[in-house]
Amino acid sequence: MSQDTTVAVEVHDLEKCFGSFVAVNRVNFQIARGEIFGFLGPNGAGKSTTIRMLCGILTPTSGSGKVAGFDIVREQRQIRQNIGYMSQKFSLYDDLTVEENIDFYSGLYRIPNSERAARKEEIIKTAGIEEFRTRLTKDISGGWKQRLALGCAIIHRPTIIFLDEPTSGVDPITRGNSWATIKEMAAHGVTVFVTTHYMDEAENCNRLALIYKGTRIAIGTPMEMKTVIMKDQVMEIQVPDSEIWSERVRAVSGVKQTALFGTAIHAVVESAEKTGPAIEALFKGAGVAGYTVRKILPSLEDVFVSLIEEYDHEHIKAA
Amino acid sequence: MFERIKSILIKEFLQVFRDPRMKVVMFVSPLVQLIVFGYAANTDVQNVPTAIYDLDNTFQSRQLIRAFTYSHYFTAKYFIATDREQNRLINKGRVSAVLRFDRGFGRDLEGNRSAEFQLILDASDSNTASIVLSYANQVLQQFNGGMLQERMTVFMETVPAIAGVDMRDRAWFNENLESKNYYIPGVMALIVTVMTLLLTSMSIVREKEIGTIEQLIVSPLRPIELILGKLAPFAVIGLAEMLLVTTIGVLWFSIPIRGSLLLLLGTTAIYLLTSLGVGLFISTLSSTQQEAMMSTFLFFFPANLLSGFMYPIQNMPVPVQYLTYLNPLRYYLVILRGIFLKGVGVQVLWADIVALLIFGIIILGLSSLRFRRSLG
Repeated sequence: MSQDTTVAVEVHDLEKCFGSFVAVNRVNFQIARGEIFGFLGPNGAGKSTTIRMLCGILTPTSGSGKVAGFDIVREQRQIRQNIGYMSQKFSLYDDLTVEENIDFYSGLYRIPNSERAARKEEIIKTAGIEEFRTRLTKDISGGWKQRLALGCAIIHRPTIIFLDEPTSGVDPITRGNSWATIKEMAAHGVTVFVTTHYMDEAENCNRLALIYKGTRIAIGTPMEMKTVIMKDQVMEIQVPDSEIWSERVRAVSGVKQTALFGTAIHAVVESAEKTGPAIEALFKGAGVAGYTVRKILPSLEDVFVSLIEEYDHEHIKAA
Repeated sequence: MFERIKSILIKEFLQVFRDPRMKVVMFVSPLVQLIVFGYAANTDVQNVPTAIYDLDNTFQSRQLIRAFTYSHYFTAKYFIATDREQNRLINKGRVSAVLRFDRGFGRDLEGNRSAEFQLILDASDSNTASIVLSYANQVLQQFNGGMLQERMTVFMETVPAIAGVDMRDRAWFNENLESKNYYIPGVMALIVTVMTLLLTSMSIVREKEIGTIEQLIVSPLRPIELILGKLAPFAVIGLAEMLLVTTIGVLWFSIPIRGSLLLLLGTTAIYLLTSLGVGLFISTLSSTQQEAMMSTFLFFFPANLLSGFMYPIQNMPVPVQYLTYLNPLRYYLVILRGIFLKGVGVQVLWADIVALLIFGIIILGLSSLRFRRSLG
């Protein structure tokens, strides 16, 4: 059997049901080595369930998958040697000190004695927690805990790392610090699978999959998401008293949706060429001066909101 | 493999000894239980508070009352003269017994007729009441015997020798019939049981609660390594606890230890297979520490009541007696009392030790399998 060494993770029709509830519905994707793959979706979409199946915490109901070339059902032990995992809860022992936590994970992953001290220093230094080394983990703040947890999760230099919402509830400095670590690992050929619901973070990923109600509804690079995958277009409208105008712009035929971004209105339209003039006509008719209407590249948030609404729309129709 | 087990082991010791609550559980609660059972839980009946209701007030009635009060089993607390007082004292629990002599007791006795008096007992505690009753019979027997002797000297010139049966009783293993000698080895077993059950189930369930168990599952750690790493520290703590309570029991409460200390520790280690196994099993049933605590006591109370700790097994209905053979704690108690009080060794206790070993292996084995499955 030939092994494609450039593929780090692949799943085919991966499904997980809890009773009659389908948490993950026949999901497919492939992740190349060294890629930062973002798994996006609202809470309860099935992100964590997918990650847990890949790490061998949960067994899939049906479908198949491979992580680092090993089967996720039959070869969980081999997978465990090769992956790192950090859950949303930053799994550290609160009643151990920073150093004791690191020592524990060193032993768990059988880091050779000769390397332990160096790895420990590296983790402490990367996380910037030199002054907390003998402090109990419960006494350090969330951001530091997250950095320490990330360090412990990669103590054995895994080739693939799974991060389940690594940045939920931490401060912007820690988020930046974590993403720097993630990018550096990727640059060294480590594959990173990360779930998040922060759209600005999603921009850091090489490729993204959007998962909603257990279904993968889109996959591609951030740029593909904004240009090819999203069928609708986004127009940015600058106009005085934008909050008043938002409602009226939505009433224009061809406008699917409007939202306020700062003082600007973002209008999702089927075609910028057709609807643009209609919006301008609205302002002209009302005698408003100093407005601009232009087509912009949608943000990832625009893309996801639009895709999710499209999905809901189709499924309501189908039902 | 050893490396990973060692990591878990170190971590468990660090966590247990860092937790102030755990320290209380380990060191203070055994002390409290030993004190309670060593001093308070005393089924020895002495100085029964007694009310004297003597309407006769003759030489004869006073003589019998003296026989009762000189016995040290009964202490005359009240002298009363009405039914109302009698009822009040019994209802309020001021006295547990009333000695009542109606008018005519002395006259009947004087006239060589059978004389009656009444002993009223508070039998809401049936155990104590029956013990008091047997004391009363002893006192009365002696009194009757003495009276007979006296009469015979009055009526006969020379008293013929009457051959009687005299019982010389010897209470083996607990010469002074002290209930603490019976209870304290039992309490030691209970302390070791509760401690290891709670430590094991709580420490695993806590990892479920805080989510670290997932981190362990995704690591190369094998379930058997996790089990060994978790249970070994608690086995060591269980043995240390046994030494601690033995020391207190022997030095403070003067419980004899006539058998081998080594056998005591060895059989305790065998018993720990069971209690750690049950703890492990409970951890697979519970997802929160409260649940684990509840389940622990659901196991603990029946095991305790059917062990012969408080209530002798031979007093139980026969089907229940058979049920106790399924209770590992039963064998452990037999072994402990055997070692502490009787000073017997393997040649006597081997059957109980084998039973305990079989239970331990089965329980720990099944729990480990279940635990492995629960890890997914």
